Amino acid sequence: MDGYSLSDLWSILVMQGFSGLSLFSVLLLMALGLAVIFGQMGVINMAHGEFMTIGAYTIYFCSKIVEKHFPEIMPYYFIIAIIAAFAIAFLIGYLVEFLMIRHLYRRPLDTLLATWGLSLIMQQIFRSLFGAREVSATLPNWLMGSWKATPDIDIPLNGLFVMAVSIVVTAAVIGFLFKSSWGIKVRATTQNRVMAGAVGINTKKIDRLTFATGCGIAGIAGAAFTTIASTGPTSGSLYIVDTFLVVVFGGSASLLGTVASAFSIAQAQSILTFFMTNAMGKVVTLLSIIVILMMRPEGLFSSKVRK
Amino acid sequence: MSNDFALAVEDLTVSFDGFKAVDNLTLYVEKNELRVIIGPNGAGKTTVLDLICGKTKATGGSIKFNGVELTKFPEHRIVQAGVGRKFQTPSIYENLSVLENLEISYPKGRSVFGSLMFERTQDVTDRIIEIAEMIFLSEYLEKQAGLLSHGQKQWLEIGMLLIQDPALLMLDEPVAGMSVSEREKTAELLGRISNGRSMIVIEHDMEFVKRIAHKVTVLHQGKVLAEGNMEKVQHDPKVIEVYLGH
Amino acid sequence: MNAFYNRWLGGKKGTIELAILAAFIFVVLPLGLDVFRLNMVGKYLTYAFAAVGLVMVWGYGGVLSLGQGVFFGIGGYCMAMFLKLEASDPISTAHQTTPGIPDFMDWNQVTHLPLFWEPFHSLTFAIVAALVLPAAFAYLIGAAMFKRRVGGVYFSIITQAIAAILTILVVGQQGMTGGINGITDLKTMHGWSINTNSAKYVLYYVNAALLLGSIMLCKYVLSSKLGRLLLALRDKEDRVRFSGYDVANFKIFTFCLGAVISAIGGAMFTLQVGFMSPSFIGIVPSIEMVIFAAIGGRMSLVGAVYGTLLVNYGKSAFSESFPSLWLFLMGAMFIGVVMVFPNGLAGLYETYLKNWFEKLLSARLSVRSNAIRGGLPNEQ
Repeated sequence: MDGYSLSDLWSILVMQGFSGLSLFSVLLLMALGLAVIFGQMGVINMAHGEFMTIGAYTIYFCSKIVEKHFPEIMPYYFIIAIIAAFAIAFLIGYLVEFLMIRHLYRRPLDTLLATWGLSLIMQQIFRSLFGAREVSATLPNWLMGSWKATPDIDIPLNGLFVMAVSIVVTAAVIGFLFKSSWGIKVRATTQNRVMAGAVGINTKKIDRLTFATGCGIAGIAGAAFTTIASTGPTSGSLYIVDTFLVVVFGGSASLLGTVASAFSIAQAQSILTFFMTNAMGKVVTLLSIIVILMMRPEGLFSSKVRK
Repeated sequence: MSNDFALAVEDLTVSFDGFKAVDNLTLYVEKNELRVIIGPNGAGKTTVLDLICGKTKATGGSIKFNGVELTKFPEHRIVQAGVGRKFQTPSIYENLSVLENLEISYPKGRSVFGSLMFERTQDVTDRIIEIAEMIFLSEYLEKQAGLLSHGQKQWLEIGMLLIQDPALLMLDEPVAGMSVSEREKTAELLGRISNGRSMIVIEHDMEFVKRIAHKVTVLHQGKVLAEGNMEKVQHDPKVIEVYLGH
Repeated sequence: MNAFYNRWLGGKKGTIELAILAAFIFVVLPLGLDVFRLNMVGKYLTYAFAAVGLVMVWGYGGVLSLGQGVFFGIGGYCMAMFLKLEASDPISTAHQTTPGIPDFMDWNQVTHLPLFWEPFHSLTFAIVAALVLPAAFAYLIGAAMFKRRVGGVYFSIITQAIAAILTILVVGQQGMTGGINGITDLKTMHGWSINTNSAKYVLYYVNAALLLGSIMLCKYVLSSKLGRLLLALRDKEDRVRFSGYDVANFKIFTFCLGAVISAIGGAMFTLQVGFMSPSFIGIVPSIEMVIFAAIGGRMSLVGAVYGTLLVNYGKSAFSESFPSLWLFLMGAMFIGVVMVFPNGLAGLYETYLKNWFEKLLSARLSVRSNAIRGGLPNEQ
């Protein structure tokens, strides 16, 4: 690392750190949805990335409609679009659970294959409907600026904004899961499905809502994604491996672990890519995760329980 | 002094997130002894067997089997040292025949290449037939194990352990779910196989315990509450209070 | 002889299965197809190695590897490195800045052969490496995971991540690996051109023989006590462990065996197709290999071959005329094979065709045996 003075290094670290925040937000939201589905239901959803793509396309179409017909609400549309992204991904997730996932509980490897098939079909639907070309949503002007913290440090606002969104969503999910009656039912179903059914919880409905919610959160991840990259039919599939590693690395049952692991993976990747090529930064990050996982397979956070 | 015993468990402790399922337990089993462990639900009976056979790792304490420390061994080494364990629900290979179930349990060809080279020699077949007779299954050798009755499955699992000729045999509720006549046969079977080896049996059925036990240990909340012959234990006021009394 | 019949061929049923498969790939296909099509089938048959490996690892071993392409790729790259070095002799590369090194290295301003390429001047080394490297890599992954009792979906996800990492690495290190284009323009093996029609026939038959050999090896393994242990493991892993077996070793062995078989396919792919590229090691090809095995029937070794041929035939037929339809069909296959016919072609055969086929067969056999026994009434 010769050629960099200490203060240069500091500025690089801070700026890469902040640009890592966008990646962190996308990974966190993706992983949060996946962790809810995997941690709570034991279902591996390989099509999770495609739900993110649904969210991203929703933002894109919202921005086009607003730009054309209601330019006066342009500064605020993003908030509404995020809600739309959640809603559409939620509805499609609900449908997918009903048609497919519910027949596959207790067969995790089979779910993995079936949802991979689903992801292929969804990608092809995107390609047929929206074309293979990548599209970019028009973002409100205030999202495009940056904040000059010091003369050397430039922090993009979109990164701060999506991080705020992801923090709000994370807080909401944790709140729901641990405070609401729905959350208690979800956790009860996770811990003992038969008993939960016996005390009158409609476990099928809980499963469907949980799965749909996970997909909805992926839709919000798609919204965050549009602020850092353009959207194409296979955008989501690029994130699926990283997202799974985030969930597994964090310890599948711990949402706090998911946050910590998304943060460390995004930051490691973002900072490393400055010093090496993009590809090598990713290789080094993923490889370290796998090595750590091999030494500590239960992930970062897990508790010893009696089996 | 612990070397005189077949099994010497000393100060054994295991805790799950602070809850001590087994708490400073000390237990000695002599050679050729048949020990029965009783105790109310959640007393830690099954956990003790789990600890001895290595399924659960101890938080502290020691388990010496014929003078060899077992707590650091992986499961298969404990088995190879001569400790066999039957699970509470019959744990057999449902898709294989009775013969194949016994063959897999035969203590030869346990390494990867050993199992590739393993041949069903006359010795193996003879031993399988001998065991099958002992466990009342000689007519069912070709039958798929999943199709056996519940009691027969229990016997098959005992047979799968016997074929390894363990020096310590641990049985977790061997007569659970058996008919009266099956219980009779099992009691007789246990009497026969306890010759020349130590045994630990967990059981709830007091009549059955009376028939087979040399000595009884009562567990309560992970600790030994009383120990001795059935007569003595049954009249122990502490035991009556927590277990037999209600 | 009897042991060979029972264990390597799999008894009467297994021998008939193998004979039909052998007749199909040794006689029917070469007679029915021109050399171009046959070479294409030969390429598909190299994927069948990976599928056969997956039947062992996933079908019998119970662990789903989503990184089978990694081993296919290692085998393929080992062979490709040897062939590339032979194609890059100083005379034919005289126009390069640095003659004597592969062309892609020269394009990437690499001026001397990287050290790990050196031993690949030797064909023996390349063949040994194509078999040993995948086994060693599989052992490393398997030991790290199975010894710590990691299995199920965790294993699948981590093997998938390894496939992703390796692809990124190979693509990223263009100067050493040929990058996204892979290693191309392979011409001769010890001076024997691999691109002539006669070479294509020879390689097709070598490949077919190796495939049948691999299936027989797997049959042998499954017929041993190890095969029954694998079944027992999937049923009651704890019982096996508490019968004195070190369970992880059996899973590691199966995973390594699957890896080596896939690698043979990879090496044969390079020879038959004339290049190797990262597009055969990543996430997508690896999971497609799973669908080959699944369509054939995840517990059927010969089924894996038919499954591979069928899916790849469908792929080439569809993607020529309706490329977008193919992805829908592929997706539908993944869903269908899980939800509708979990035992694939082998399962369909068992339920619908087997009775009819066996009647046909036993009718013929009983006619013959009646003749031999001098017309004694058959016990049926």
